[in-house]
Amino acid sequence: MKTLVLVEHDNACVKDATLHTVTAAAALGEVHLLVAGQGCAAVADEAAKIAGVAKVHLADDAAYAHQLPENVAPLVVALMADHEAFLASATTTGKNIAPRVAALLDVMQISDIIAVDGPDSFTRPIYAGNAIAKVKTSDKKLVITVRGTAFDKAAASGGSGTVETVPGTGDSGIASFVGAEIAASERPELTSARVIVSGGRGVGSGENYHKIIDPLADKLGAATGASRAAVDAGFVPNDYQVGQTGKIVAPDVYIAVGISGAIQHLAGMKDSKTIIAINKDEDAPIFQVADIGLVGDLFQIVPELTAKL
Amino acid sequence: MKILVPVKRVLDYNLKPRVKADGSGIDLANVKQSMNPFDEIAVEEAIRLKEKGIATEVIAVSIGEAKSQETLRTALAMGADRAILVTHDGVAEPLAVAKLLKAIADEEQPGLIILGKQAIDDDSNQTGQMLAALLGWAQGTFASKVEVSGETVNVTREVDGGLETVALKLPAIVTTDLRLNEPRYASLPNIMKAKSKPLATKAPGDYGVDMTPRLTTLNVSEPPKRQAGIKVASVDELVTKLKALGVAA
Ligand SMILES: Cc1cc2nc3c(=O)[nH]c(=O)nc-3n(C[C@H](O)[C@H](O)[C@H](O)COP(=O)(O)OP(=O)(O)OC[C@H]3O[C@@H](n4cnc5c(N)ncnc54)[C@H](O)[C@@H]3O)c2cc1C
Ligand SMILES: Nc1ncnc2c1ncn2[C@@H]1O[C@H](COP(=O)(O)O)[C@@H](O)[C@H]1O
Repeated sequence: MKTLVLVEHDNACVKDATLHTVTAAAALGEVHLLVAGQGCAAVADEAAKIAGVAKVHLADDAAYAHQLPENVAPLVVALMADHEAFLASATTTGKNIAPRVAALLDVMQISDIIAVDGPDSFTRPIYAGNAIAKVKTSDKKLVITVRGTAFDKAAASGGSGTVETVPGTGDSGIASFVGAEIAASERPELTSARVIVSGGRGVGSGENYHKIIDPLADKLGAATGASRAAVDAGFVPNDYQVGQTGKIVAPDVYIAVGISGAIQHLAGMKDSKTIIAINKDEDAPIFQVADIGLVGDLFQIVPELTAKL
Repeated sequence: MKILVPVKRVLDYNLKPRVKADGSGIDLANVKQSMNPFDEIAVEEAIRLKEKGIATEVIAVSIGEAKSQETLRTALAMGADRAILVTHDGVAEPLAVAKLLKAIADEEQPGLIILGKQAIDDDSNQTGQMLAALLGWAQGTFASKVEVSGETVNVTREVDGGLETVALKLPAIVTTDLRLNEPRYASLPNIMKAKSKPLATKAPGDYGVDMTPRLTTLNVSEPPKRQAGIKVASVDELVTKLKALGVAA
């Protein structure tokens, strides 16, 4: 089968999420990519080098500059005349666009897959990962979002896909981009970091977060994350949230500091290789999943740990 | 303008789901079910828009078994004006739900439809986007701020990199994220009042929507369990462990 993967990018570079999704697509058949953006020819060239990619469809138009689903979905639908499966990463961009495509194709989307079991069957977590469902679709075309942590990255180089320019499908005229506040950070991205230090309500304040969590993350070259409670309380911005309704992560090492371990938080990090928990409450549920636990006051433990590393 | 708010009855978020022994699904017999938390946020936002004089009427809609009435009564007690229940036993997939909601939107002509970003049972995160596609409307998903002015709604969205704002022509779809607002609790007098608010009961056939699922669930199982590990007694021991893991020099 011919698959079409939505390339996630910022009009300059391909994002890592795409590499995971390419691996899922390759399990289904021939991999074609779609680069929709503005001034994004370099992205298409980079995408064509991803291992296993046969073809890159490049749609370069002002209408696609900000990945507005009202504009991108009709473009995907047009290309789906010639493809059997559409795959997007289960990121905020993919989740925004893919269901819109599915409805236009009259197809039930299969969200957040963690395995490809066959040409029409897939595994996906439900109930915050407390249950794993195997599903089979009867739809003629597939629309799928892919959980990145469940698939290895395809190699970013070694491929020799061809780039083909495709005509745009215009601007819907019903939605426009106003602005964005995208935090620039020197740290690794949460979803691809090897080590993550996350702070919860126990950290107490934004000021404490930066005084306690940041230096430890600096020492470990880690990304920084948070629980919902820490985000809601304004310690850190929304893009730090790990969990069922935030980001799904699976680093080699996840260090949870002052996080109790609610099921919604565990849903986002329990596939980490090693979980380390620091909490003053020895009965905190986080210790039920932690490989290594240290009971005590984070305000003493974390600075001491940072100093000794 | 009218605002439509679809609300789903789901296993209460405080409860841990039990996988049925025969692998057919989750055991929902005799367990507490409540309004999907994101839908509470949607109801709250709609009521606030009414309190600001922007909305004239808030209509809550649910598709599900007869007991979904309770969920609709909760929405009415929070402040919705009336409710529509489309009774359906068995699976209602997002695509079918979106088709029903489209038919209801065609009838009611709302200016805004506010949904939750995801139902915490199936974790699909699709219905709002699908509904937007079927109606040909703009969508502001994962909203943390909604500002209506004239013929436009500005929606600030929680995205992976931070925040993004889009301007949408009305009528439009909004899906809620956690930080949009803090839903109110219904007061006792309002719970009493809600009992006499209008609640219409319909069937999918009334809207000509085929509910046959496209997906078959082959099996539902428990995820592999993580074993609790060890506790270390001191920071020094933790440093040793981190070194052994190769993350510290
Ligand atoms: C619809 C919905 C979606 C949700 N989605 C998410 C999600 O995606 N991600 C998420 O994280 N949550 C999510 N939640 C919230 C979740 O249920 C919990 O409320 C949240 O994870 C709790 O955060 P916390 O562990 O930081 O806070 P708490 O549960 O308050 O825990 C704080 C911990 O800090 C410890 N502590 C306090 N002081 C110290 C100290 N000095 N030293 C050491 N330890 C200390 C305490 O012992 C406690 O264990 C969601 C909830 C709902 C209803
Ligand atoms: N059966 C239903 N009845 C009413 N609203 C629903 C139903 N299913 C989904 N929704 C709405 O769609 C949102 C997203 O659900 P989902 O796409 O299933 O994750 C929910 O938060 C509800 O607002």
